[in-house]
Amino acid sequence: MKCDFADSLLQGYFDGELSDRRAAEFERHLGHCDHCATELVDLDWLSGTLQLTQIYEPAPASLRRTINTHLHPIAPTRAASQPLLWQWLTAAAALLFIAFVLWRVSPEPRSDDYQAELADEIVDAHLRSLRPGHMTEIASNDERVVKGWFDAKLKFALPVRDFARAGFALNGGRLDVVEGRMVAVLVYEHNGRPINVFVWPTRESDTSPHTGSRQGFQWVDWRKDKMEFCAVSDAAPADLEQLHQLIHSSV
Amino acid sequence: MSELELEDRERFEQLVLPYVDAAFNLARWLLRGRSDAEDVAQEALLRACRFFRGFHGGDARAWLLQIVRNTCYTWLEKNRPMELSAEFDEEIHLQACATPETLAIARDNRERLILALETLPPRFREVLVLRELEGCSYKEIAAITSLPIGTVMSSLSRARRQLHFALANPTQKGAAREV
Repeated sequence: MKCDFADSLLQGYFDGELSDRRAAEFERHLGHCDHCATELVDLDWLSGTLQLTQIYEPAPASLRRTINTHLHPIAPTRAASQPLLWQWLTAAAALLFIAFVLWRVSPEPRSDDYQAELADEIVDAHLRSLRPGHMTEIASNDERVVKGWFDAKLKFALPVRDFARAGFALNGGRLDVVEGRMVAVLVYEHNGRPINVFVWPTRESDTSPHTGSRQGFQWVDWRKDKMEFCAVSDAAPADLEQLHQLIHSSV
Repeated sequence: MSELELEDRERFEQLVLPYVDAAFNLARWLLRGRSDAEDVAQEALLRACRFFRGFHGGDARAWLLQIVRNTCYTWLEKNRPMELSAEFDEEIHLQACATPETLAIARDNRERLILALETLPPRFREVLVLRELEGCSYKEIAAITSLPIGTVMSSLSRARRQLHFALANPTQKGAAREV
């Protein structure tokens, strides 16, 4: 016979997730419910089976080696470096000079690297969002509803605007992870195509939009008022530019 | 590691490297194979290096596993999109699930268990692996998978039921219980 009590508490009890009071309540129930007792034995058996068969797969040594090599690039040995000290110093001075010249010529030497890395991450996140059921956690075209949902979850104030009149309808939003940090995502639809707009706070100063494409997806990234925005879609670049203008002038 | 300063590198070694096994294990079960898992776990760890400056304390294991999971899903999206598209289609899934017949072919109990686990849908498999093999709490699983905690619980419950069914099916019960 099925037991309603079981479904709500049994698993939490087994996994040690119940409060002491709830656990005690469940234990009293367990004393006279055969169904729950059997289920508990089954859970324990399954868990024991998984532990006993040792299916936990430790990382292969080659993986650890690769990561260690990456963290500790091979340094020149003392024996080799000492006789060549002057050559090394000369080379280092030359490199320093080149680096200095490059730094003077381009004030943001790391910008391209950053954009490329960010684009990879954003396009990956966009791809993940295209799976069924992964696009929106809050599905609504109501600015206030979507904003309310985000405000309860974010530490920064997210500007939420619907641009349906201009052809960019707000579909909702979700939280996502980009470069290891939590970001807000506003989801728009334009001509039946979804557009993800990733938003997160930044300490950097405002930038004009950078655009690019990767794996058939277009992206545009810009910063305004300590917020970074990155819109990505398979829509035409001109469409993304239009959405950028709409958001840029609304915040 | 050119991107990390010496101080960051030491912190990375202390905080993140203890979870290399956890990273590999999750990748191995999500991708269902050791060699793909090694490539993808490596990619995820290198990503973690790059993003380490963005990690401001907290649970390093959950932070790393979140990156591993995302890297795995992106890899699956690119290489085996069918696996993910069938994720929510229960009908299709039940047909593809381990049957007593396929399980009977397995040489031993360990092989039978691996087969049963690998035929669970990705979402069920990941919550089960995180709970049973990694010992994560519901809250940690929710943080790693970005799933609401209710979904974590229901997925875990159904994963266990399916795995139990596959292993302890009457025709298999005797053999499976010897494990």
